[in-house]
Amino acid sequence: MADQPQGCARTTGAVVGEKPSVAPTPEITTIKKEPTMTARVGQKAPDFEAPAYYRGKFTNIKLSDHLGKWVLLCFYPGDFTFV
Amino acid sequence: MSAVAGKYPELQKLGVEVISVSVDSHFVHKMWNDHELTKMVEGGVPFHMASDQAGNVGRAYGVWDENQGIELRGRFIIDPDGVIQAMEVLTPPVGRRFAETVRQIQAFQHVRASKGTEATPAGWMPGDLTLKPGPDLVGNVWKVWKPDMEK
Repeated sequence: MADQPQGCARTTGAVVGEKPSVAPTPEITTIKKEPTMTARVGQKAPDFEAPAYYRGKFTNIKLSDHLGKWVLLCFYPGDFTFV
Repeated sequence: MSAVAGKYPELQKLGVEVISVSVDSHFVHKMWNDHELTKMVEGGVPFHMASDQAGNVGRAYGVWDENQGIELRGRFIIDPDGVIQAMEVLTPPVGRRFAETVRQIQAFQHVRASKGTEATPAGWMPGDLTLKPGPDLVGNVWKVWKPDMEK
């Protein structure tokens, strides 16, 4: 997998597999207000794109690229913590 | 996360992709992998370690703790259609139980394969009896399932 340009993690403003409901803001000079979306069971997952480390490489990961597969998404407080 | 990394082959067999997310940069993920996790898991972390430094993804999933600037232990099972089937969120000092995550994935995969015609009772493990919701089952669950059947 080729290294890709890195940016900040961001939600795309859409649920996986669908287009964002609003056009993305053209300039990032102001604080970006993403459409608020809350994860709930039985609802589509909020899509996101984020820089990632994967098997020795830096990549960008996008949740919707994994549609068609089961995904286990795990958040944790931080690297080098104890549990 | 090393617990998940160590049992990754089990998830691969179930066709599950893993994405971990924390507020650390991907550079720190690399350091954590290289300097600690490789000592716990042969070959290091085999899945995507995503970085969410601004907490945007954590906010969308309701696991962002703005007082500490970290993400709570949130675990989401997302099906092939992108629908969240299960979520579990713990405060930081208590770790998750991997076996329960696998059990839930197996149960959701079973239900999906049945196209929603079957449901799995409490404590269901692969191979156990399932329930087939319908008019005949109403009021009759006691005939086929009892609480002591939960292992």
